[in-house]
Amino acid sequence: MIRWKRLFPLFLGAACSVFLAGCHGSRETEAFQPPETFDETKTYEITFWAKNDTNKRQTDIYKKAIEDFQALYPNITVNLRLYTDYGKIYNDVITNISTGTTPNVCITYPDHIATYLTGDNVVVPLDALSEDPEFGLGGSRLKFDGPGKEDLIPEFLKECTVNGRTYAMPFMRSTEACYINKTYVEKLGYTLPETLTWDFIWEVSEAAAKKDENGVYKINGQKVMIPFIYKSTDNMMIQMLRQKGAGYSTPSGEIQLFNDTTRELLSSIAGHAGTGAFSTFKISSYPANFLNAGQCVFAIDSTAGATWMGAGAPLSDIAEDARVDFETEIMPIPQFDPEHPQMISQGPSVCIFNKEDPGEVMASWLFTQYLLTNQVQTAYARTEGYVPVTSMAQDSAEYQDYLSRAGEDDDDFYKIKIQASMLLLSNTGNTFVTPVFNGSASLRDAAGQLIESVTKSVRRKETVDDAYMDHLFDDVASLYHLDEVKAQTSGKTDLGPLPWTARVLVGGLILSWVLILLWAFRDILKKRTQNH
Amino acid sequence: MKKITVTAIALSMAMAMTGCSGNSTETTAASEAETTAAETSAAETSAAETSAAETSAAEAGEVSVMTYEEYMAAELDSKVVIEASVQAKQSWWEDKATVYAQDEDGAYFLYNMACSEEDYEKLVPGATIQVTGYKTEWSGEVEIIDATFEFVDGEFIAEPFDATELLGKDELIDHQNQLATFKGLTVEPAGKDADGNDVAFLYNWDGSGSEGDDLYFNVSYNGQTYSFVVESYLCDASSDVYAAVKALEIGQTIDAEGFLYWYEGVNPHITSVTVAE
Repeated sequence: MIRWKRLFPLFLGAACSVFLAGCHGSRETEAFQPPETFDETKTYEITFWAKNDTNKRQTDIYKKAIEDFQALYPNITVNLRLYTDYGKIYNDVITNISTGTTPNVCITYPDHIATYLTGDNVVVPLDALSEDPEFGLGGSRLKFDGPGKEDLIPEFLKECTVNGRTYAMPFMRSTEACYINKTYVEKLGYTLPETLTWDFIWEVSEAAAKKDENGVYKINGQKVMIPFIYKSTDNMMIQMLRQKGAGYSTPSGEIQLFNDTTRELLSSIAGHAGTGAFSTFKISSYPANFLNAGQCVFAIDSTAGATWMGAGAPLSDIAEDARVDFETEIMPIPQFDPEHPQMISQGPSVCIFNKEDPGEVMASWLFTQYLLTNQVQTAYARTEGYVPVTSMAQDSAEYQDYLSRAGEDDDDFYKIKIQASMLLLSNTGNTFVTPVFNGSASLRDAAGQLIESVTKSVRRKETVDDAYMDHLFDDVASLYHLDEVKAQTSGKTDLGPLPWTARVLVGGLILSWVLILLWAFRDILKKRTQNH
Repeated sequence: MKKITVTAIALSMAMAMTGCSGNSTETTAASEAETTAAETSAAETSAAETSAAETSAAEAGEVSVMTYEEYMAAELDSKVVIEASVQAKQSWWEDKATVYAQDEDGAYFLYNMACSEEDYEKLVPGATIQVTGYKTEWSGEVEIIDATFEFVDGEFIAEPFDATELLGKDELIDHQNQLATFKGLTVEPAGKDADGNDVAFLYNWDGSGSEGDDLYFNVSYNGQTYSFVVESYLCDASSDVYAAVKALEIGQTIDAEGFLYWYEGVNPHITSVTVAE
């Protein structure tokens, strides 16, 4: 089986050009005004662009949710379009903003919404809709038992706020976790600490990178071993900087990524990549493939990928005979300060795109709320190491029963998957998100690119020193147009010379006012002369 | 005085209206032109910078054009220079092209090679290019990344090599990325539909996709079953092979042709399927 093929490149140019230019050319729509009521005699057809983790259970849940929703609201038809890649949704939305053909409801990341918002009235703010006593969250006229605003986990809802307004509803949440071959850790003479630290991971990884005289790794007797592999290096850099209290960006979009702490972190990472103790998904492959083959000790990936991780993982891309048996442990990501753990919060949110017909937007809003009902939330959360975004669903008997059955089988109750969800549930207060602004998606990519670049460079036996870092920072800032993000938020932009019509206009205005003043002056002089 | 003032103000307003109108058109045009320029510039900058960085790295150690044998012998993460002819193009995004190339001795997978859109159009089957990049391996697929290229003289279209008897054998990897043909395969169930019926293909490996996504189908030969894929970046939903696979029926005998891509084992990217008479 193949989980994902390698995704499209990061749509770098498209993303950058969009955040620089904004969504210019987008067809303007009037700001959404909630209608007084929802007309159920009128039919609506809405589209829902949904992201799944290439997981049929997830797509089946989307389909069932649509079916159940349409049964409640026969006047609304929901057309589903499936994606497996946030980047592709982002790219397609941007393309469709300019033609006025955005979907109605769309799975998204807040970083992406910030770009969408550069178009006028493109995304519907949800604050007023949420408060509506009849059709808002927990509204009296909803045909389903939806959550009230107080039922949404505050941290998750807050992540959907851009410029002080709520532009999305959280749908699912995950974080990153470290999936560990505990058998190897102990074989190397170590004991897992209560809280993983970066020092511990690097030390064990270096020990696991030792080979014998035949080039075979001592720890696993194989020719392949990547002791520590990281799936999302953007998250790696972001979380390291956060834990160090170092800069990344300000809420207003000032770029702080290129700092001395970043240099230190990159130097450390380069050192471990040079010994073969560390690699990344982009350079090597999916962490799960190495972990499950006994070719890795520490694999950091999303909790939303937990069904692929570990000796008993129900899903795997590698041949059955390549899998090895070992004791799998899952822990929060390593920390610099174990007393104050910090980890990223991530996962899909849902936004609604504005349309000319407010009724169509209302239909979208109703469907969005339906995605927050217990039946959808608990079902979807069970497909991976996700957690529901409402306390209603988290506290439901069904979900609590599910959590209590970890390890009953290696399928629905796969132990590591349920532990992944519990990891986030018990650390929700330790999660954070990065500031969202027009360009924040590119900054995230740049953060990951720094790690990818130094790792590649040391593997190619290039020198990674201060001069290299200077060059790398310049290259990455330029490649991702981060220098222009700063200019956009804090500086004046040179808009170039005025067009000729504008020059004629200004000239004409000046001439008119000069004539008026001259005439007035002449009048005054005339009166004075007459008075004398 | 009042009349004149009013006239002057009216004139100002009229000119302002005209000016605004004209300005609007001009601004829109200018804005679009600037946006286009900015985008082009961004793309060019990105390509140029990538190219410059790679060129700079490449300058660190000059390597002459390698034979296929030398390429295969080169260490992973080392700089390589090869000459080969394009056999197929998989994708182009933001000045990066992914290409299947081959010479008389073997094949190469060129992943995300720096390439302008204009040059991508010229990367037609048979076109010969000199590629400078780094040899790497991703999930078993040996490929060249962070590469630049230039067109050179020559033309070569590979004849598909019959890999049928190598299915399931270790030697198949020696032909990695080559255009290959498989004959006399039997279509096996790929999975089940919503009603529990066997189906001949799936969108994505588990049926989680939809029209336009990769198509997966299973074939058997000599009692062993193999998974083939129509890679949607290489052959999209409008391609003949996409339609042909969607029309497959379980039990049919087919011939298939494609590139011997690797992902944790052979994962042929099928470009042609013919149902035997």
